[in-house]
Amino acid sequence: MDILVCIKRIPDISGQVTLDASDTDIDDSSLGHTTSAHEECAVELAIQTAAATDGTVTVLTVGPAEAVEQLRAAVAVGANDGILIEAEDPGAFGAEDIAQIIGDVIRDRAEQGQSFDLVLLGNDAADTGDFQVGIRLAYDLEYPVLTGIQTLTSGGDSAGSGGSGTIEARGIGPTGTEVFALELPAVIAVQEGGVDPRYPSITGRMKAKKARIAEYEAPEPGTGNPRIGLELPPEKTSEVTILGEGPDAAGALVDVLEEIGVIRS
Amino acid sequence: MTLVFVETDETGQVVLTSAEAVTFARTNAEALTALAAPLPAEQPSGHSATQGEVAQRPEGCSDESLRVEAAVIGALTEAATNQLAALGVDRIHHLEHPDLEAYSAAAWAQALVDIAPETGTVLASGTPRGMELMAHVAVRTGARMAANVVAADEGGLLRQVLGGTAFERLVLDGDLQVLTIAGHACTPEETTATSPEVLDYELDIAADDLRTRVVRTEVQAVDGNDTSGLTQARAVVGAGRGVGSENGFGEVLELVDHLGGALGVSRVVTGLGWRPHAEQVGQTGSRISPDVYIACGISGAIQHMAGIEGAKTLIAINTDEESTMVQRADYAIIGDLHEVVGAVNEEIRSRRG
Ligand SMILES: Cc1cc2nc3c(=O)[nH]c(=O)nc-3n(C[C@H](O)[C@H](O)[C@H](O)COP(=O)(O)OP(=O)(O)OC[C@H]3O[C@@H](n4cnc5c(N)ncnc54)[C@H](O)[C@@H]3O)c2cc1C
Ligand SMILES: Nc1ncnc2c1ncn2[C@@H]1O[C@H](COP(=O)(O)O)[C@@H](O)[C@H]1O
Repeated sequence: MDILVCIKRIPDISGQVTLDASDTDIDDSSLGHTTSAHEECAVELAIQTAAATDGTVTVLTVGPAEAVEQLRAAVAVGANDGILIEAEDPGAFGAEDIAQIIGDVIRDRAEQGQSFDLVLLGNDAADTGDFQVGIRLAYDLEYPVLTGIQTLTSGGDSAGSGGSGTIEARGIGPTGTEVFALELPAVIAVQEGGVDPRYPSITGRMKAKKARIAEYEAPEPGTGNPRIGLELPPEKTSEVTILGEGPDAAGALVDVLEEIGVIRS
Repeated sequence: MTLVFVETDETGQVVLTSAEAVTFARTNAEALTALAAPLPAEQPSGHSATQGEVAQRPEGCSDESLRVEAAVIGALTEAATNQLAALGVDRIHHLEHPDLEAYSAAAWAQALVDIAPETGTVLASGTPRGMELMAHVAVRTGARMAANVVAADEGGLLRQVLGGTAFERLVLDGDLQVLTIAGHACTPEETTATSPEVLDYELDIAADDLRTRVVRTEVQAVDGNDTSGLTQARAVVGAGRGVGSENGFGEVLELVDHLGGALGVSRVVTGLGWRPHAEQVGQTGSRISPDVYIACGISGAIQHMAGIEGAKTLIAINTDEESTMVQRADYAIIGDLHEVVGAVNEEIRSRRG
């Protein structure tokens, strides 16, 4: 099964953020970059599924030239090749645009002889969290789509030739694990929790440096980004009451819990 | 008109997050109407609706465009109808069909599209179902969608981005806007009770839309993947890397028991395989709003904090006084969590006598 995984370069945020001069984006000049946890799991699922079906994994991103780092990081853990759709200012695009751009490139690759049985994405990007690129892409491709999927089992008979075979997908629903059975080709948005992303090996890192990255230019934004600006929540001033140090403070804590009224009698 | 997709639980009650979404729709009706094109809503057409009695509108809601209507898929219990009436819903669209019994996002979304207004707002709470359905509805109606909205005024919508670190202000162009409401963005508020009319429909479901239906649900197959205990608990004891190992949960689990609460863990804990992912709290886990959250050996990374913003009282137990969790807490004890939690359990036992 040949699988495409869409990943997005995002700032690696570990604490409070500051805004850039335009107030429409965060200042990421001093931040590292990464991809979302859900997407790392999508890459891992793709690698496992491709290995089980003798298929390939291609990673794709719409982003600045530097996003090639994220593509290479995915190759280092086992993806075969990458597609960079270069957009100087990715923030100018809306979810509709991103889905459309990805859809167009998927069709173009198919014309070039590279077609995908399965397209994986993250459930939601950790920065914008739009929760919709995967679904919009699926409608554009006219493929069925699932979201919140944690594990995949390929249903065999996948010839890796653009859409044969089936796949079983599982995700957590309100009353238990929900199982889906899909005909390929399909789009699936992956949620963290089903698999542990692997670390790159030394040979993986070597391979990543030489990986084939197909390059495209993103068109001008169509629908555009509906964002007017970003706002930061008011800073919380800490008024922590230190109840004490070590086990001696237990009594004071139990007093607090009793006051809140959460101790079972 | 604002149409709210309302989720019900196995007992037929409206779930908390949906009650929040209905309240959001009602308390922000004017802003939502102003943001969508300010034309009166169209009546649903092309469906044979069996109309009940005429709805009484709540006070101050004379304008058709300010109406809040609910859509319930599957069985509609009397309890849910009463809850929705108390929340001030003007009309309930009841969408029931054998083909909608098993969840299929495409089919459920189409049922909502069939009754969606042409102008106005369709919204749901920001649960996995809500997110997924609203995205389908947005594509099918040609609308734009904003996820995790927390506020609305004439200047636009405000929604959580970056895992709750920042808010995005935006305006969705088009006659119809599709939103999901972030969990705990508002508290459910009852109002002058309405007596909503209930509309039943003959639905036409396309075979294509059933390709993505749930073929089976495994209730017990995966060890404890039910997050409802965690999201509904009044007291949650959080455990992070500081617990030390898979076998280090004895004290915290005893405390959970004393509080009749739930265990929540950091991603480090699930990542190391010490506890199942269903117990993870944070940006990629559950978002909780207990009366008290006791974070034991959790540093307070932004992605973890995103899940506990709704906690009314935050208590930290940590060896590091400088950690974000201690700095952000209402109360803290500095020390080894095993010793401290052990002593707390002992104190609770001895006070009980
Ligand atoms: C995209 C993304 C999504 C994420 N989503 C989530 C999420 O949903 N939930 C989540 O939790 N994290 C999430 N994370 C991870 C997050 O960034 C942190 O890595 C994680 O929360 C840290 O877990 P921790 O606090 O248990 O561990 P650490 O940061 O290692 O902290 C351990 C703490 O324990 C204290 N400690 C150590 N020993 C003891 C002891 N004996 N007694 C008391 N205290 C002790 C230490 O002082 C320290 O404060 C996400 C990260 C990314 C990039
Ligand atoms: N610029 C992008 N490039 C590649 N994939 C993307 C991009 N933006 C979003 N995606 C994919 O779509 C998923 C959902 O994103 P979103 O709808 O923005 O929350 C992400 O987890 C990615 O897998």
